[in-house]
Formats: sequence, C-alpha cells, structure tokens
Amino acid sequence: MNNHKPVGGKILTKPFMVLAFLALIAFILIIKRFLFGIGSVTNLSDGYPWGLWIVYDVLVGTAFGCGGYAIALLVYVFNKGEYHPLIRPALMTSVFGYTLAGASIILDVGRYWNLYNMFWPKYANINSVMVEVAICVASYVMILWIEFSPSFFEKWRKGGTPTFVKRFMFVFIAIGVLLPTMHQSSLGSLMIIAGNRLFPLWQTNWLPLLFLISALTMGYGMVIFESLFSSVILHRPLEISMLKKLSAVMQKLLVVFLIFRFGDLIWRGEISTIFDIGFKQSMFILENALIIIPMILLFIKNKKSSPRSLFLSASAVLLAGTLYRFNTYLVGFDPGHGWHYFPSVSEIMVTLGIVSVELMAYLVFVKKLPIMPAIQHN
Amino acid sequence: MTINRRDFIKVLSFGAAAATGSNTLFGNSTISKTSKHTLSKDAVGILYDATLCIGCKACEVACKRVNGMPVENSEWEKMHGIEDAWDSGSDLSTKTLNKIKMYKHGSATVKNREKNGFSFIKRACMHCIEPACESACPVSGFTKDPKTGIVVWNESCCGCRYCEIACPYNIPRFEYDKAIPKVFKCEMCSHLVSVGGVPGCCDSCPSGASIFGKVDDILEEARKRIALKAGEEYAYPISTVHDKEKQIRPTEKYINYIYGENEAGGTQYIILSAVPFEILGLPKLPEKSAVSTSETIQHTIYKGLIAPIALLVGLAFSAHRTTRKHQLAEENTIHE
Ligand code: SF4
Ligand code: SF4
Repeated sequence: MNNHKPVGGKILTKPFMVLAFLALIAFILIIKRFLFGIGSVTNLSDGYPWGLWIVYDVLVGTAFGCGGYAIALLVYVFNKGEYHPLIRPALMTSVFGYTLAGASIILDVGRYWNLYNMFWPKYANINSVMVEVAICVASYVMILWIEFSPSFFEKWRKGGTPTFVKRFMFVFIAIGVLLPTMHQSSLGSLMIIAGNRLFPLWQTNWLPLLFLISALTMGYGMVIFESLFSSVILHRPLEISMLKKLSAVMQKLLVVFLIFRFGDLIWRGEISTIFDIGFKQSMFILENALIIIPMILLFIKNKKSSPRSLFLSASAVLLAGTLYRFNTYLVGFDPGHGWHYFPSVSEIMVTLGIVSVELMAYLVFVKKLPIMPAIQHN
Repeated sequence: MTINRRDFIKVLSFGAAAATGSNTLFGNSTISKTSKHTLSKDAVGILYDATLCIGCKACEVACKRVNGMPVENSEWEKMHGIEDAWDSGSDLSTKTLNKIKMYKHGSATVKNREKNGFSFIKRACMHCIEPACESACPVSGFTKDPKTGIVVWNESCCGCRYCEIACPYNIPRFEYDKAIPKVFKCEMCSHLVSVGGVPGCCDSCPSGASIFGKVDDILEEARKRIALKAGEEYAYPISTVHDKEKQIRPTEKYINYIYGENEAGGTQYIILSAVPFEILGLPKLPEKSAVSTSETIQHTIYKGLIAPIALLVGLAFSAHRTTRKHQLAEENTIHE
C-alpha cells in the first residue's frame, strides 16, 4: 500500500564523517558564544547587528525550506496531483530547513531566555513585524513535523498512519500553506522600518510581496535541485519529465518577480540608480543576472529537458534568492559612517556546522525512512 | 458540495493578495500610537544649541555620574596599562550614553563656521515621537512613557537587536561582549525627571548649550533663537528653558532650521546649529517615519486577521477535497 520506500545503505560513510567533524567544530564555537557573548565569535556590531547567522541561517535557510510549501500549493491548491510523489522529499527538506533555522535563532538572540515574551500577551508588541514572523515560524515548524509524521508512522507503527491523523491532515496542510505565505512575506517587511538606511534599490513597500514570490521560486528551485542531487548521489532514477514541468512553473514565477521588481524601481523613479557604478549596483546586477540566466536556459527548447540545464537553472535560482536576501539585509544596509561587516571565520564555521547537521539528517532520513518515491520495476 | 472551482480560486487569490499586501500601498492611515498631534502636553525634551557648546564634556562626566556608568578606555590605552584614569571612548557605547563629537575643517580657526572652522555636536538618543526602536521591538524591550515621552529600555528585551536595525540615528548599543547582555541608550535621566529633577547633561552644562524643558517650551525657545539676527544680544537660559540664571551674549548666525522638529515624525531632543546638520553627522530624514510606513503595511495586511482567516478557510476547503481524492485513489489501489 505504501508508495514511499527507504533508500537503505550504510550511514557512517566518509562524507558523513566529514560533516560530523564540521558539526563538532560548530558545537564548540556555540559553547564559546554562550559563555563569552555574541561578540566572542562574530564580527557583529552596533552598526551591523545582523549578519551571516540571521541572513543565511534564518532567512536563506527558511527560503530553502520552502519546497514543502511550494509543492503543497501546487498539489492541494491548484489540484495538480501529478506532483504528489515530490511532496515527501520536499517536506523533509522543509522540516530540516525550518527546524534548524528556528533553533539557530537562539544562538543569535542575546537574551534567549526572554524569547517566550514574543508569545506572551503582556510583552508581545503587535506593531512589531518580528512578532508575526516569530509566531508563524514557530507554529510552522510544528505543523511541518505533523505533516511529515506519516513517514514515522509508516516505519514504526503497525497499520501505518492513524486514521484520525489522516482525516485531519487537510487542516494541517491548509495551515501549512497559510503560515509560510504570512511569514515569508513578513521576512521582507522586516526591513521596511530601516527606512533610508536601506539602499533604494532594495527598500520598497513591496518587500513583502517580493520576498514571498522569491521564496516560492526558491522552493521550486530546491525541489528540482534536491531531486537531481539525490538521483546522482543515491543512484536513483531521474524524474525528469516532472521536473521539467516544475521548472516551467518556476520560470513563470521568475517573470512575475522581475515584473514587480523592475516595475517598482521604475515607478519609484529609482531605475537610474543602477547606472551609478558602485559595489551595491554590481551586486544588484549580479542578483538579477542570476534570475535572467535560468530563464534563458529554460527558454532554449531543446536544452529544456537536459538534466544539466535543469540543475544549473535551479542552482542559479537558489543563488539569486540567496543574494537577494544578503543584499536586502547586508549589502544594501548602510548604518552610516564608519561601520563595516564581514563575517568572522568562527561565524562562518558555525553556519557550515548547521548546514552539515542538515545534510547529515537528510542522509539518515532518506536511508532509514519511507520518504523517496518507490522505484517502479516493470 | 458544489462550490464552483472558479469562485473558490477567486476567494483564494483575494485572500492571498490581501495577506501579502498587494493592496496595502493604498492605505495611508497612520497607526502609530503617538504622533506630533497626540504627544502629551507634559512631554519633556532637550534643546541642544551647538553654537553655544564649548566642547568641555561636562555633560559626559555628569551623564556617567548620575547613571552609574563606567569610564571607557581605548584598546591602545588598555594595552599600555592606562585604565580608569580618564574617559576616552570615541562614540556612543554600552558605557557611554552621551557623546560630544567635533566637526572640523581646514585650519579650524573659527567656531561655528563650515569652511576652515569647527563645531561640536552632542549625540544621544533623540527620544523620537514615533520611536522606531519601540515599534520594532517584538517584546516591549523599549517603551515610551505616555506622559513624559521618554523612551526607556526594559528587562523584557530578548536581545534580537531589531531596534538597532530600526533606529534611524543608530543609537542603541548592545553588549556583544557579555554572556548576559543588555541594551543601552540615553533614557533622559528618567529616574531624575520623574522626581522633578533635570537630566545630568543639562544640569551640568556651564554654557547653556543643553537645556531641559517641556517639548512645547523648548520648541518655542528654538524658534525664537533662529529668528534672531546674527550678532544680536540674547539672554540664554543655562540649564532649563525657564532658568532664572541666564548668560547674555551675541548670537551666531543660526541655520534657519530646527533639527528634530520634523525628522521621521519628530523628536523630543532638538538641535540648533550654525553649520549644516549633515556635516555634524545627523541623518537627513523624511518627515514621514519609516515606522508609520511599516506599521501601516503590517496592520493593513493583518487587520482583524480577516485576510489570513479568509485565506485559511479557502485553503482548508481545497486541501480537504484534494486529500480525500488522494485517499480514495489509495484505497482503490489497495482493493484492486
Ligand atoms: S533615537 Fe533611536 S533609540 Fe532613541 S527613541 Fe529614536 S529610535 Fe529609539
Ligand atoms: S534587542 Fe531587545 S530592545 Fe532591541 S528590539 Fe530586540 S528585544 Fe527589543
């Protein structure tokens, strides 16, 4: 009855041990951070209070985790049942992406023991965009684990997923589409209050919509990336025709994104800012080139079906979204004279460690749990 | 159930549009709790007149004394064993809430002149009328006193530093070097003001450059000063706007502008100067605060939670139908 199967195979492979080593280094640095303060491992300052950890671990991490959201939207809202086999692997990347992003907030927040105040009516400030983000991300992590629970039930419970879980799953699925819609857009709104300290190429009242569309493109990009990646390293057959269709959806979203992005710049009269040569402008051009390249790649018809161009396109989209977030939060942010930021080695090592934990969990899960679509032997 | 699929998609996209803010750009109501029009009549503030400041830093010393803040030494001084002998921080920090800075140009011979001249500037929290730190903070880590309008930090802070991203003047300072950090900024000596006292800086200033008073009164005083002709004699009050003790002296050529009157919705710390404000490091800000833009967008999207709830209902309906279809398909394959 079950159309998902564990992939099987050894867990403690060489790459796995390398990842474990990176995770260990990060763990030691994290202890240092809790003993001696955030400044002891990061280059953060009062001018650049948010750095690599917030932008990569939280913003990019959750956007990479939008695969589950993006596929759920197709399957359950637009009723495209053919994508159903992609849901579980997509959900799994989402579960890790979001869980680790949520956990990494504790590292970055100075007074973590007070985090619960965000959910405490006496202190929660409804004017703060961050309260909305916090509530939605925290609840979404829980929803994701519930949505993902059938994989555990099928493995460890006789009779598989309990009927009541199945019966109410639609509620969780619905909430699971609503919450990312809310917080991925709010992750853009967060920067509106920075006002003119954020460079006009990025500061706009449309930040919420742009961040939402961008997160969706990254969600589809991640699903394509992950399918191709797993087919190579886990020696699985390619789901190329489905991925091709998915890339068409992604491509349409990229067009919509660019229309809003440039339409807004023209409307605000900031389009000419691009031509004042400088570092910020170059980063802007790079960010958008990374969107335009996959669009061209995917437009060239005969190349469309090649796994290589699909992989390149998906990677470019993921990079573009990553850069868009780095630009909005760091490159375009100017706190004034004399402040600089570039992440310290320890800061980078902690982020690498978090990514390693994610990859390790991925390998364990696909090998041990029924997640990947079963291979059809005809 | 026969709900037309097209209608349903309409509901969905309406909800989605509302939930993500495509219609928010058309709302321009300001939702901030305080604005210039609703500021309490008892709100207090400081008028800093850079033309009078002699750069003696008496205010810095007094600030440290009345707030119990430690002295600060540079890394170089610490390396050479100089510690606690004098205070030498060069900017606001977790130990310094109030800083006198200097602008100088060329030969720097004449005070209050832009070219070949110099000027002092006192930097501290502006006590915004629409404080970005307070609006941004998720956990009420900064609150604005409804009566005095003074913005203070509270222990409920979770250390996320969103206030530092939000503050247009780059004021809050976070203890990056502590395992149990706090956030620091000038709190206009609220502990003294609440018992009828005067902030340390105004109390100690010998030249009348910093004076304390009700916001309305200091604004009136500032307007009077910028209307004076250069060289005209004027009786400057010394530590509060109504101080009996006055210093009579000729005025400088003021720039005809009160910094802080309108910046980002206005501030309770206002500044006068004879040299352009930008060269003193004060940011040029639009009158409409980013706070009101941010709050307007956020509240339009989430007004009464109507859009999210509408979206959720649509989504639940759709998900219900699709999951049923999948389950039926699954059951059929089992029975076959
Ligand atoms: S100057 Fe900055 S810290 Fe002070 S009240 Fe305004 S926003 Fe808050
Ligand atoms: S650091 Fe503290 S005061 Fe500042 S926004 Fe975060 S919780 Fe609020």
